[in-house]
Amino acid sequence: MIEMRVFRWKRDQEPRYDHFLLPYGPRTTVLDLLEVIRVDHDPGLVYRHSCHHGACGTCAMRINGVERLACLTCVADLLKEESRVIVEPLNGFPLLGDLVVEMTPFNERLAAVGLPPLRRCELPGEPPEGGAVQLEDCIECGACVSACPVAVTDHHYLGPAALNAIWRAVEEPRGLDVEPLLDMADGEHGCWRCHAVFECSEVCPNQTGPAEAIMRLRQRLFIRRLRQLLRGGDGHGRA
Amino acid sequence: MVGRDPRPRWLQVGRAWLYPRGRRLGGWAFILNRLSGLVLTAYLLLHLTLLSTLAWSPAAYDWFIELMSSRLVLLFDLALAAVLIYHGLNGIRLTLVGLGVGVTRHKEIFWAAMLVGLLLLGYGGYRLWGGM
Repeated sequence: MIEMRVFRWKRDQEPRYDHFLLPYGPRTTVLDLLEVIRVDHDPGLVYRHSCHHGACGTCAMRINGVERLACLTCVADLLKEESRVIVEPLNGFPLLGDLVVEMTPFNERLAAVGLPPLRRCELPGEPPEGGAVQLEDCIECGACVSACPVAVTDHHYLGPAALNAIWRAVEEPRGLDVEPLLDMADGEHGCWRCHAVFECSEVCPNQTGPAEAIMRLRQRLFIRRLRQLLRGGDGHGRA
Repeated sequence: MVGRDPRPRWLQVGRAWLYPRGRRLGGWAFILNRLSGLVLTAYLLLHLTLLSTLAWSPAAYDWFIELMSSRLVLLFDLALAAVLIYHGLNGIRLTLVGLGVGVTRHKEIFWAAMLVGLLLLGYGGYRLWGGM
């Protein structure tokens, strides 16, 4: 049996942690335990999940203080670190209830970038209607934003995922004009806000390396500004 | 309808900035950088306040110099030097990494900087205490 503490909150209620003692096996995941709680103990528990294999990114949450996907986090592995499991919602997102947070601001930020990492399906055959189908590696789980101290502080900050998306487009534009994206990254809420903590890269379940992407974006922008200054501009693209 | 988030904003921000649980090397380095920055700011204020004793009287200045030469204060000086060295060297690491230099080696750069810091601190300690 393992002790599990789950953050609970519903509108007009005080937040609390509920304790559960649950059986587990060598392959039991945190998501499995949440489903046991919902089925056997409390049908009111709200959490988000879909694919159960780390592809959809919907079950990202803070597990023992670290952003992880509940469907890929083995309870037995957690026990190597601590004797109990504490489950909380992602940090820095508006809370909807229990373990579910509002992802709209995050998705809007990615949309503002123009979703550059979205590519037309490269599988044989016609791409689905609308063209873009799948992020290359980022599963838009929001773990990077939750782990980032700047994203939690500045809600207008583009954030690790969006900046990673910009870098992906800059790295491989495929005919896209990347200058507007570079301008966006160079803005007040762009990559210069990053404090190089690298926690976003540490918690990314797919190792997309958002922090590394931000640092490379900075290098690119630094060189761009230097060139603009040498040409007689003010470093902000203004002559 | 979404209710008001029950988690106070200061708690979320404080947790993201200063709470070390579950954080890795970059997170620890960041937290220590924040704290060392605060210590150095506080020290600057203290330093300016103590220096103002110069304007009081020669006796007050003599008292101040005697106090600063005590072993306890020298220990404080050494601790302050450690904070300063950490903040400075980590700042150099952040500048390098922030300009795209050694991005994938930021952890190794951190440990190399700490090694340099230890050597500097050792030398500083020797100079501070060696003549006592």
